[in-house]
Amino acid sequence: MRIKPFAAAALVTATALAFAGCAANETPAAGGTTGGSQTLTGVGSSAQKAAQEKWVADFQTANPNITVNYSPDGSGAGRSQFIAGAANFAGSDRPFKDDEMGAGKFAGCAADSNALNLPVYISPIAVVFNVEGVKELTFDPATLAGIFAGKITKWSDPAIAKTNPGVTLPDAAITAVHRGDDSGTTNNFTDTLNKTAPEVWTEAAADTFPAAFGGEAANGTSGVIQAVTNGKNIIGYADESQAGTLGKASILVGGKALQPTADAAAAILDHSETVPGRDANDLAYSLNRTSEGVYPAVLVSYAIVCQTYKDSSVATLVKDYVGYMASAEGQQAAAQAAGSAPLSSALQAKVKTAIDSIK
Amino acid sequence: MSQKLTRESDVASGQPEPTPPPARPDPKRPGETIFRGFAVGAGIAILAILAAVAAFLLIQGSPALLADPAELATHGYGEFVEWVLPYVFGTVWAAVLALAMAVPVAIGIALFISHYAPRRLAQPLGYIIDLLAAVPSVVFGLWGSNVLATGVQPLFTWLNANLGFIPLFSGQVSGTGRTILTAAIVLATMVLPIITSLCREVFLQTPKLHEEAALALGATRWEMVKMAVLPFARPGIIAAVMLGLGRALGETMAVTMVLSGGRNITFQVLTSENPNSIAAQIAQNFPEAFGLKTSQLIAAGLVLFLITLAVNMIARWIVARRAAYSGAN
Repeated sequence: MRIKPFAAAALVTATALAFAGCAANETPAAGGTTGGSQTLTGVGSSAQKAAQEKWVADFQTANPNITVNYSPDGSGAGRSQFIAGAANFAGSDRPFKDDEMGAGKFAGCAADSNALNLPVYISPIAVVFNVEGVKELTFDPATLAGIFAGKITKWSDPAIAKTNPGVTLPDAAITAVHRGDDSGTTNNFTDTLNKTAPEVWTEAAADTFPAAFGGEAANGTSGVIQAVTNGKNIIGYADESQAGTLGKASILVGGKALQPTADAAAAILDHSETVPGRDANDLAYSLNRTSEGVYPAVLVSYAIVCQTYKDSSVATLVKDYVGYMASAEGQQAAAQAAGSAPLSSALQAKVKTAIDSIK
Repeated sequence: MSQKLTRESDVASGQPEPTPPPARPDPKRPGETIFRGFAVGAGIAILAILAAVAAFLLIQGSPALLADPAELATHGYGEFVEWVLPYVFGTVWAAVLALAMAVPVAIGIALFISHYAPRRLAQPLGYIIDLLAAVPSVVFGLWGSNVLATGVQPLFTWLNANLGFIPLFSGQVSGTGRTILTAAIVLATMVLPIITSLCREVFLQTPKLHEEAALALGATRWEMVKMAVLPFARPGIIAAVMLGLGRALGETMAVTMVLSGGRNITFQVLTSENPNSIAAQIAQNFPEAFGLKTSQLIAAGLVLFLITLAVNMIARWIVARRAAYSGAN
């Protein structure tokens, strides 16, 4: 086959133009320097997403020359970006573990500086269900663990009927939906089951739902909510603020049926101890999920910052922004925007002391 | 089109046919040199890109491949081969189920367009099939999880109740319908346009003489298709199926959204517990992964890369083996 020279030339020109077009499109993205304004970068927990959006909007309105970028890439991403120094602070659904802590391990912090874990976001995890003709359900922890462990497989099981007198339960199979992706929600929920019903839930808390227990997986909070909403005779767990109109089960704690409310959830930190052997300003908690009157399935998400930043101007920005997050005003804003449970005022004071110590 | 017109005008004006092009680029025709350089460059670029991807997967995935199994158990997702095997199975199993549904339908549609439909219907139908290929996979995912899964769930219950003695349909039916069979239906819908349009092109290339010879011998339309079209098109069909398989193996978004993926190896297609696909597993867990877990996910990507490579090489081999039948003669 012959190709006319002009056709070849036209093709080459067209291709060259096409490539030039690509290049022209890509140039402006690389630019975008700050014109005298300051930028603060945070990466982390997607559970904090709605709250962070609200905090960023409020903070930037009050401080027009500061830009805050929070990308909700996930807690793991947040922690590794913080370690690498790419993020000024991290949002994480768990604090750094003891072996991850240590002076000099964090690229953005001064050489002798450790990290600080500060609780800023508390959210109850709701057990959501979609069962034909059932509006309210109550579970004791052992039954709940049995359902998610695949040991209780029928809605008509006597263990469920025992805590739900007067409720007509269908003789249908239970489909228990869990998160298919790794998530802090799963970590906190499995920790709850492990602490409240250790004889049934034999696996330790983990970001990954234990494969040994089976059940149905869905991707992300929205995936779980969607699966529960669309299916029949389904149960799942998700951030309370995302549960919408789905039925939320009560959990029996010491003979009292507790709903996943903000008050019941926020109380958990008042009943818990901080992780021993750390700096006084490090507020990493090991949650006590078995105390009376406290809804046990609660997610506590942290802001992770440096004790001392390499760059003192970053320290000032972090103190201002994280300080706003943990303030009474910031907590109230998050409660409205994201449905989180505000920190108690005693805890707000503790977090404030810690933030004031940042250099 | 323009080339044909030019040639006609050449003939009309009585000019002699131009001499055949010289083997070496003519220095007086810079277009030849430029185009040749461009074509060679493009050919090298695709190899370089492939090598770069393989190198990336190898380098970034090697910490997980070289790590001590005990370390993987504590800082990763667990021992590599044992961890990745269910996902390999899930990837291949979902793709095989999808192809089992898509291939007969695709060949049927292609034959209808090329040999049965009136021309007025065939062309728009072809466009519509091509349009299906342009639907983004996230849209298929939304449709699959919101509409299809809910819709097929009663059918799954029926299958389980009436055909549950077949191992494929046994087990506890999922209440949401988000099983590997649903994912396979979505995948089948996605690979259908690729296989259809390739098969259609191949069927249309069947030599008219073969077809007419068959008809002249008294063959019916179906016998003609069986005797002349299908044997001629077989390597083309295989190539089309392998391309579709490649798409099905690597599809990420739709599977992530539709499939309830776990880590078990099972042939039951109606239960909540299905093996996840490699691509979906990576997409789901990458955001929360760090350190060794990231490496392990990338190493899983390397495994997927090798599977796709193997599939394509097998396809090439089959097509080459049957070259005698191909459109070249």
